[in-house]
Amino acid sequence: MAEFSLPANSVVKQGKTHKAAEGVKNIRRFIVYRYDPDSGENPHTDTYEVDMDTCGPMVLDALLKIKDQMDSSLSLRRSCREGICGSCSMNIDGANTLACTKAISDIKGDVKIYPLPHQPVVKDLVSDLTNFYAQYASVEPWMKTDTAAPPDCERLQSKEDRELLDGLYECILCACCSTSCPSYWWNSDRYLGPAALLNAYRWIVDSRDEAAGERLDDLEDPFKLYRCHTIMNCAKVCPKGLNPARAIAETKKLLVQRKM
Amino acid sequence: MNTSSPHPTSPHLQIYRLPLSALLSVTHRASGVFLAIAALLLIWALVALAGGPESWESTRTLLQSWIGQLFLLGLTFALYFHFCNGIRHLFWDVGKGFEVETVDKTAKLAIVVSIVLTIATWVVALNVE
Repeated sequence: MAEFSLPANSVVKQGKTHKAAEGVKNIRRFIVYRYDPDSGENPHTDTYEVDMDTCGPMVLDALLKIKDQMDSSLSLRRSCREGICGSCSMNIDGANTLACTKAISDIKGDVKIYPLPHQPVVKDLVSDLTNFYAQYASVEPWMKTDTAAPPDCERLQSKEDRELLDGLYECILCACCSTSCPSYWWNSDRYLGPAALLNAYRWIVDSRDEAAGERLDDLEDPFKLYRCHTIMNCAKVCPKGLNPARAIAETKKLLVQRKM
Repeated sequence: MNTSSPHPTSPHLQIYRLPLSALLSVTHRASGVFLAIAALLLIWALVALAGGPESWESTRTLLQSWIGQLFLLGLTFALYFHFCNGIRHLFWDVGKGFEVETVDKTAKLAIVVSIVLTIATWVVALNVE
């Protein structure tokens, strides 16, 4: 049963405000979710007044400025800073996205930053994605074949067959989509979520893969696949512009078509 | 997930700015539940009708009270909204209309059409009397 409210240990309290230095004119306020596992206390939000005249344009720039110059205790994941690695996924201004590709100027008012929604929080903006990765692994995202590979070349694919993978292979597993999905919030123990299902479909339609049948067998389940109710949050937030909802619908279609 | 976890759960509904498409999804489900309950009340009205003029008269009075009218208005809108949004779902079921812009357009269309149909129905119904 879905729990719409937060458990007692997760209710977010008010934290403190880190004021900008005197004389700073161009200030934006960043309200950031904080949780320290060693404190034994509930999570809270801290407010940071950031000098925008000395800050880069992206939300990640502001977070790193905060960490470097205002509060080194702030924890977050980041790596590539250009939308390739998917590490800095978080909830910014009420929607999931990558901090490195989200421009501060696109946000009105205070910038509110939370970890990916409805996940166990390790510390601050770092959530525990163990379940998410396990679900990805469960769709066996690698090529499975029965026939032997050609002796003198790779398994080839026509241009048209290769094009079927566009819009699928680009997934960077940032988890923005899955953790934006209310269905995933309530059923992440059994529903695979948009990211894992998009990747499952990526292998189902790969002309070189020979296990489409068993892949579909595995997904034919009231929870794993059919908890998708086309809410569309996944496609709205994907920072790579992919459309997991469509991949899920195509998978459902294949399950119907093979019965006819 | 489980409340016994030492980790807190990050906020979800509390902080997420649900897009229009998600709000329509919730409304679709809510209107479905409402229509299911209303179907039972329809049976109750039919039973009252079968019970003769007196039992029907009391039901009629109730339906013509402001609360009854409000209920009927809600019922009309829920029916049309569930119908219009259901058509979106039929398109999605055949793999059409998944582009983010299309989703927004059809969402607005479903709202506008269900409001127009509700008003039209009430204009007709009130003029019949």
